[in-house]
Amino acid sequence: MEWFNDFWSTYSTLVFTVGVHMLLALSIWLTLSCGLLSLANAAFMGIGAYVSALLTLNAGWAFPTVLLAGGIAPALVALVIGAPVLRLSGVYLAMATLAFGEVVRITVLNLDITGGPEGLNGIPLATEGWHIALLLLLAFYGLARLRRSKVGRAFEAIKEDEIAARLMGINVNRYKLLAFVLGGFIAGIAGALNAHFTFFISPREYGFEPAVDILTMAVLGGTGSLVGPALGAGILTLLPELLRFLHDFRSLVNGAVLVLVVLFLPKGIWEPRRIRAFFRKGGQA
Amino acid sequence: MSKLLSIRNVGKSFGGLHVLHDVSFEVPAGSIYGLIGPNGAGKTTVFNLVTGLLPPSAGAIEFQGESLVGLPPHKITHRGVARTFQNIRIFKEMSILENVMVGMHDHLAYGGLGLFFNTPAYKAAERRARERAFELLTWVGLAHKAELVADNLSYGDQRKLEFARALATEPKLLLLDEPVAGMNPSEKTALMEEIRNIRDRGYGVFMIEHDMRFVMGLCDRIAVLNFGRIIAEGTPEEVRSNPEVIEAYLGKEEAA
Repeated sequence: MEWFNDFWSTYSTLVFTVGVHMLLALSIWLTLSCGLLSLANAAFMGIGAYVSALLTLNAGWAFPTVLLAGGIAPALVALVIGAPVLRLSGVYLAMATLAFGEVVRITVLNLDITGGPEGLNGIPLATEGWHIALLLLLAFYGLARLRRSKVGRAFEAIKEDEIAARLMGINVNRYKLLAFVLGGFIAGIAGALNAHFTFFISPREYGFEPAVDILTMAVLGGTGSLVGPALGAGILTLLPELLRFLHDFRSLVNGAVLVLVVLFLPKGIWEPRRIRAFFRKGGQA
Repeated sequence: MSKLLSIRNVGKSFGGLHVLHDVSFEVPAGSIYGLIGPNGAGKTTVFNLVTGLLPPSAGAIEFQGESLVGLPPHKITHRGVARTFQNIRIFKEMSILENVMVGMHDHLAYGGLGLFFNTPAYKAAERRARERAFELLTWVGLAHKAELVADNLSYGDQRKLEFARALATEPKLLLLDEPVAGMNPSEKTALMEEIRNIRDRGYGVFMIEHDMRFVMGLCDRIAVLNFGRIIAEGTPEEVRSNPEVIEAYLGKEEAA
């Protein structure tokens, strides 16, 4: 157990971060699975992080309720902005959701209660490994069930052909809103978990770059399944650490890996159909 | 025969372009009604108005005595109107079975909790939907391909899938937009039989079709649309002998 303790004391934060990133990648998978390019998830994460941290610091709520509140707050925001924003599609939706992210970031930056640019300091360390593992499992299970049900079929139908989906009796607007709100909920919980193991949060962590990173994780892993986004999150979080020995060239190689994957595996790394075909071919040869 | 769908004085214009003028006709229950006309006459626009994809500029559209105007498409489907498309719109990345199950969306009554906890009620609903989907696929002759991805189907099979998917919504009125386009003669004959079957079960069928032999042989009544106006309406024999229809299709005989 000696080696494990050593490993854990050095890398526990990294492992926690992998888990949180997996949740985030799953949260954006929801909107992507019905063909919506929404980039609001970093902002939802930020709302979850700030709301939960403030409740812990100022109201002294118990951790489970704090987590729940961290999920519900961005879900409510998603519900309110969803109706007008989800009328847009494609790049226009991406722009509108990015703009929403900026509004959230700048609001947090200028409020007193959020600590402005200095952020919130001294958030108690409440998140434990099993919290993340449990919530990740729950999210995985819930989304897997969703995918196999009429909801998952509706999402896919909307992604493939919105007009045909409407004429199959699917209330397209409602299902898009559902994906958006559920995504906000999961991202908010990820933010709340994150805030309670990093000790410190600031507006910078929820701006443009993380918004794009979350999308990259899901797309890199592949959005055709739930394994894809989780795998992408794992790779994108661990790769910079594994490339540490490259020193100054680290981000260069990191970027090159991303470009190569997108070029040669346009549907992401985890694409069950391609993987099956690969093994079938291997068996015959 | 009671009327299922009634279209009264319907007009549609896009900006200054008048696509439909004062279109009126009625589709009775338990019959096959055909809408024919030259290309660009506005036939598909009629379908788009009935299914709520476009709002009419004027007039009334009623289904079973209730207005459809202003309802969103999914609510019109819910009332019992289903359609297929001229340029097939199946869900290509989904399996054939899933395509049909999407059509049952409205009839799967389980909530989020049943779904999450995989309750017996949820399982039973999903199982029934699968069985019903298989039934429909057997009927159109695609059951043996149920697990295939829809994109792999031939053109004729894609039409059949669209047909099964439309029936999965449990419609009272089925709108078919050129159902036999791209089918071979034996497939056409088979489909003709299916459509008669559907009518005999009490459904209404309303179709747009270019294949004259198919239309004349199948429809109980026909309306002819030309330049956005109904120029003739009646039984196939009446329509066939109408001079205006002959003119629209074959052109006017030169006087000199």
